[in-house]
Amino acid sequence: MSRTFRLTPPLGDADTTALRIGDRVLISGTIYTGRDAAHKRIVEALANGQEPPFPLAGAVIYYVGPSPAPPGRVIGAAGPTTSYRMDAYAPTLMAQGLKAMIGKGKRGDEVKAAMAQHKAVYLGAIGGAGALMARAIVEAEVIAYPELGPEAVRRLVVKDMPLVCVNDTHGGDLYLEGRRAYQR
Amino acid sequence: MSNLRTIDVALIRDTVADLCGQADLLLPADVRRALEKGLAAEESPVGKEILTRLLENADIAAAESMPICQDCGLAVVFLDIGQDLHLIGGDLVAAVNEGVRRGYEKHYLRKSVCHPFTRANTGDNTPAVVHVRIVPGDRLHLWVVPKGGGSENMSKVFLVTPAQGLPGVKERVLETVEAAGPNPCPPIILGVAIGSTFDDACLRAKRTLLRELGSVNPDPEAAALEAELLTMVNNTGIGPAGLGGRVTCLGVFVDIKPCHIASLPLAVNVQCHAARHKEAVL
Ligand code: SF4
Repeated sequence: MSRTFRLTPPLGDADTTALRIGDRVLISGTIYTGRDAAHKRIVEALANGQEPPFPLAGAVIYYVGPSPAPPGRVIGAAGPTTSYRMDAYAPTLMAQGLKAMIGKGKRGDEVKAAMAQHKAVYLGAIGGAGALMARAIVEAEVIAYPELGPEAVRRLVVKDMPLVCVNDTHGGDLYLEGRRAYQR
Repeated sequence: MSNLRTIDVALIRDTVADLCGQADLLLPADVRRALEKGLAAEESPVGKEILTRLLENADIAAAESMPICQDCGLAVVFLDIGQDLHLIGGDLVAAVNEGVRRGYEKHYLRKSVCHPFTRANTGDNTPAVVHVRIVPGDRLHLWVVPKGGGSENMSKVFLVTPAQGLPGVKERVLETVEAAGPNPCPPIILGVAIGSTFDDACLRAKRTLLRELGSVNPDPEAAALEAELLTMVNNTGIGPAGLGGRVTCLGVFVDIKPCHIASLPLAVNVQCHAARHKEAVL
């Protein structure tokens, strides 16, 4: 019964506000990676009036630290990391135009409020399915903070990256809703 | 002295390197069986889909020599060393670390170890965590358990009061799982150690994760508690990937040991479905 949306970044308000929790999302196009260490640097750069390493308007960020690419591959395993570690930085990025975050695990109340305010969504990828997720990635290039190793910021080109809408712009939370039906 | 069996630590180094690769690239057979069993039991369509994808992920990882999960873990190495064995050729712990260094490099595994404050990556996934136990015999049994950060971060230790007793222990285990929710990549496995001291409870909780899923606990008291906790945890409805379902947990391992008359320590080590553990006997 769930609906499927095909999205190509940069995203606009019309893309994000159409989504409801439980909707399937297939993203194709350019997205960027970042974990806590990269987020800290991006937020510091913004505070110092510097340019972020990629345009934030309409951007999609994937919380991932991939394993090294084996020979002949563009990337290694690339599943999501736990998102709450980015909660301290996420509202600042949304205020600058970030439209979608991809990760796994719960978000804090401030992040959820910022999603409603800035019309941004949180999309879940399957945690621990790193080899499977890597299949959706067709290009990968480190564009900032190479010294962070797996935590460097990468530009990824993805094709039909399979995701599910966990937090929408209307206050919905799939982690709370999904559980309710199976709780005894 | 002359009839002591000897092992060169270089063999331990090479075995550790091999096991790091095997552990991160190949889902253990017991975990695969548990996921298949979970798939048959799961009522939620989304939950079924997630479990199917996890099995598919393990197949892709094996076929393409890719890690199951990009978090290739902090290498926890358990060594049971026979007391009649003589180790030669250098420093044992240095050899284990060298094995981790080589294994993570050779198999394109992610190096996930850093300084706690600067967060500067050590670059080679060392230092490993090494637990040594001296046991009877002249064999060396070693296990490599790469432990992911997402599930480790959800683990907890409690100093329950004796008055809170067994009901208090059950409540704390449930509270740990509820607080973790989708974060540790459910379906999870729980290592629960009760009794002894603060430090020993944590180590025993980790050590239970060496057990095979589906194996029967020889301690009937612990076995009964495992079954009860498993039902309680699966009744949370958290489900695969935390999206709702009946299969939140693949197995609970309980270890019970006496404690001080004033104490009731409890350690809950949360393990994700990427429950990597590989062993060898030398
Ligand atoms: S919790 Fe486990 S399965 Fe999930 S990302 Fe971490 S290591 Fe991988």
